[in-house]
Amino acid sequence: MHIIDRRVDPGGKSLANRQRFIRRARALVRQAVRDASASRKIREIGEGGAVTIPADGVHEPIFRPTSSGGMREHVLPGNKTYIAGDHIERPEGGGGGAGSEGSPDGQGEDQFRFVLSREEFLELFLEDLELPNLAKRQIIGEDVTRRLPAGFRTAGPPAALSVTRTMRRSLSRRIALGRPSPEDIERMTREIEEMEAAGDAPERIATLRAELERQMRRSVSIPFIDPLDLRFRRLETHPEPIARAVMFCLMDVSASMDEAMKDLAKRFFSLLYLFLTRRYERVEIVFIRHTHEAKEVDEDTFFHSRESGGTVISSALEEMVRIAKERFPLDQWNIYGAQASDGDNLSSDNPRAVALLRNAILPISQYYAYLQVANGGEERGGGGIFPRQETTLWRAYSEVLEPSLPMAMRKVSSPRDIYPVFRELFEKKSDGVGAE
Amino acid sequence: MSHQVKSKDTLLFSDHDWDFDMLSRIYGAVEKIAVDEMGLDTYRNQIEVITAEQMLDAYAATGMPLLYKHWSFGKQFLRNETLYRKGWQGLAYEIVINSDPCIVYIMEENSATMQAIVLAHAAFGHNHFFKNNYVFQQWTDASAILDYLAFAKAYISSCEERYGLEAVERLIDAAHALQHNGVHRYPGKHSLDLVAEQRREIERREHAERLYNDLWRTLPKPRARGGRDLNEERRRALLGLPEENILYFLEKTAPRLAPWQREILRIVRQIAQYFYPQRQTKVMNEGCATFTHHRIMTRLHEKGQISDGAFLEFLQSHTNVVMQPEFDDRRYGGINPYALGFAMMQDIERIANEPTAEDRSLFPNFAGKENAYDVLRDAWANYRDESFILQFLSPEVIRKQRLFRLVDDPVEEDLVVAAIHDEDGYREVRRSLARQFDVARQDPDIQVVDVDLKGDRRLLLRHHVVDGVTLEAGDAARVLQHLANLWGYGVRLVEEDDQRTYTTLEAEPAQAFA
Repeated sequence: MHIIDRRVDPGGKSLANRQRFIRRARALVRQAVRDASASRKIREIGEGGAVTIPADGVHEPIFRPTSSGGMREHVLPGNKTYIAGDHIERPEGGGGGAGSEGSPDGQGEDQFRFVLSREEFLELFLEDLELPNLAKRQIIGEDVTRRLPAGFRTAGPPAALSVTRTMRRSLSRRIALGRPSPEDIERMTREIEEMEAAGDAPERIATLRAELERQMRRSVSIPFIDPLDLRFRRLETHPEPIARAVMFCLMDVSASMDEAMKDLAKRFFSLLYLFLTRRYERVEIVFIRHTHEAKEVDEDTFFHSRESGGTVISSALEEMVRIAKERFPLDQWNIYGAQASDGDNLSSDNPRAVALLRNAILPISQYYAYLQVANGGEERGGGGIFPRQETTLWRAYSEVLEPSLPMAMRKVSSPRDIYPVFRELFEKKSDGVGAE
Repeated sequence: MSHQVKSKDTLLFSDHDWDFDMLSRIYGAVEKIAVDEMGLDTYRNQIEVITAEQMLDAYAATGMPLLYKHWSFGKQFLRNETLYRKGWQGLAYEIVINSDPCIVYIMEENSATMQAIVLAHAAFGHNHFFKNNYVFQQWTDASAILDYLAFAKAYISSCEERYGLEAVERLIDAAHALQHNGVHRYPGKHSLDLVAEQRREIERREHAERLYNDLWRTLPKPRARGGRDLNEERRRALLGLPEENILYFLEKTAPRLAPWQREILRIVRQIAQYFYPQRQTKVMNEGCATFTHHRIMTRLHEKGQISDGAFLEFLQSHTNVVMQPEFDDRRYGGINPYALGFAMMQDIERIANEPTAEDRSLFPNFAGKENAYDVLRDAWANYRDESFILQFLSPEVIRKQRLFRLVDDPVEEDLVVAAIHDEDGYREVRRSLARQFDVARQDPDIQVVDVDLKGDRRLLLRHHVVDGVTLEAGDAARVLQHLANLWGYGVRLVEEDDQRTYTTLEAEPAQAFA
């Protein structure tokens, strides 16, 4: 009998099968992840969790008997009052309590529910998304570096020891200092032995002995490898050029935005935030919120604090242009903008907003996305008797829109739409510059 | 037996915790009782201590320490993990593998008492059963299974490298769909020996010549069809038809499979065959293990090697294991094989030692002979669930469990109680229960009956319908699709019994393997 402690074995034996399962059911799981994320709060998306997929997609069929029909018999324990010949009313659903052992496992189970890890969840959630036109690359910071061989040095960790170099130096030193080789010593020893055996020239033998002794001393005092010989490979770190990007998040928090609309906008930015922080290491995010005046705020304030006032879109655009000019030089940064508003701008401000967009923002931006939020009621009304009125801002922006400009506009009216719209805006284009 | 004083010296453990030395001591004490008193004969044991995480891994691979990779095991893992993490399902205390040496996984969380129970249960009860029961001896090769699994895993992963993950996965999907139809149920010659075939043919002819009588010549000639029938018969014989082992049939005769695909079918088939005896002996296997642990723990307590507290802990856990909810209980989920097996084996012991007149008339071979262990060892060696119940289910057990037989006939309006635990009912209940545990009856009887070799090579299968229970149509269609893909040509499944044909399902290969 052996007792083996397997607890120390590396875990994760099932990881490969688990990944195979997720790969196999990828389309289903992806859909489930997206459905799940529509219903759950944005902050929870980053935490993974349970998803449910239709069991049909991962069903393993076998030949098995139907659960109903045909003549069946059961032997059951715990008879109380029955005697032979008694009739019992058939329980609901053919089988029911009495016949439950007749139905094989896994039947009637049309949902398969399981828990995804955080990584798996986000991986599926953010699949196929990217920042478009991430083109400008720059050398920055120290932490993105590559190590390249750069000659040799005299000290270093044992792992970096260059054996070839060391042995070459050792050899040349031994030759230079005249260290006798083992063969030399052997040859001399043999010569002495032969002479002794022959028995002649005793003085000659004595000189040879003295010489041999001297050589032996030499071979001890001149080491085979001296610390002086050691050479280590040297690596130098070179900074790698990487793409840097900044995302400007512009959110309208004016009084015309009701709670539902603000919620939509926040959901959108939360998704954007999640996407950027997960998929890109070097993306700066600038949060700007505006009413009739714009202010750069931190993340917490952006998502959580409230404010209200009139609406002057151009104030936010101006703020964006100012910050970009100050902190994000155009030759080093990929600049992106995302704006959410109800489109209910002060009409006198529209021309100014459009001018800013056209002349100052789009020329420096890689991509600019405008999201117009409406509340559900309005949207539904649009399909009815009255043709839906486009907001003034939407109309103004539409005029700017043209295929050559890196700009996109979408409307959203319910939380359900957020994710699809978000995907549309950031879906990986096949010909796009794939970069991460 | 005189009452012994339980002192610290005789106790194997006095605490909840265990360590490896203690495990060895417990094993030694358990082994002494198992071997010396009960006469159990086991494979060498290899005890492996594992964590809950590793137990989940083991679950996913049907307990096997190594198994090829496939998504269905990942699905199993995710299902168990979810159930476990939500607290809906506890984990087993042990898993035991029918191999030589016998591998017993025990959980690190088990208390010292639990470790004693699982060692008695798995390392001796199950182990003895695996080594001695005839179905295991006939159908499994305990000394080779681990090597075979290692080979299978390496082979399949090399196929994945060579032919691509997707191709292999699709093949295994198809093979898994047919794995319950990849089992030989009866020992016998399965590969056709062509030399023997020829010899038999000559013998037959000689036999015919000996019996030749000129008088037969005067009989009117049969119609020409007779000749064709003979050919059909001959063709079927050459193909080894009818054949119920569909995977075996495909492996040997599917016209379009590549050699590696045949080998993978073979691997799936061999592993299904390895597990088949476990399905045939649930009641006996668990009964044997439960009876063994119950006896050993009781003896350990009597000998003063475990404390009263530990014995109570054991009783509580044992009671949970052999709990049989009654049919109208919400917890009822079928007959608990642990409970039934344990009850029957205890009953055998009772009959051997303190028989009633009824027992003497029913079990004259061993009633009152006081050789309970001999009878049990004989039963463990020579029966499977169905025959064990037929042979040993006594009226006493039927009465105790208050078993009754219910018939669900679709033409009747109600369910009918056909038999209860009375003089008229014992036999009927016993026969019916035995049938309920007969795997060959639970699995639908599906056989390959013919191949249309002259025409479009359509493969013909027949489901012999028993009691009017047909196949679940959705699943059957999907399995048939897999089958058509493997066969490479159309397949037809006819569900019929002697009176009528129920349904005919057909499938054409959609993405044939080639």
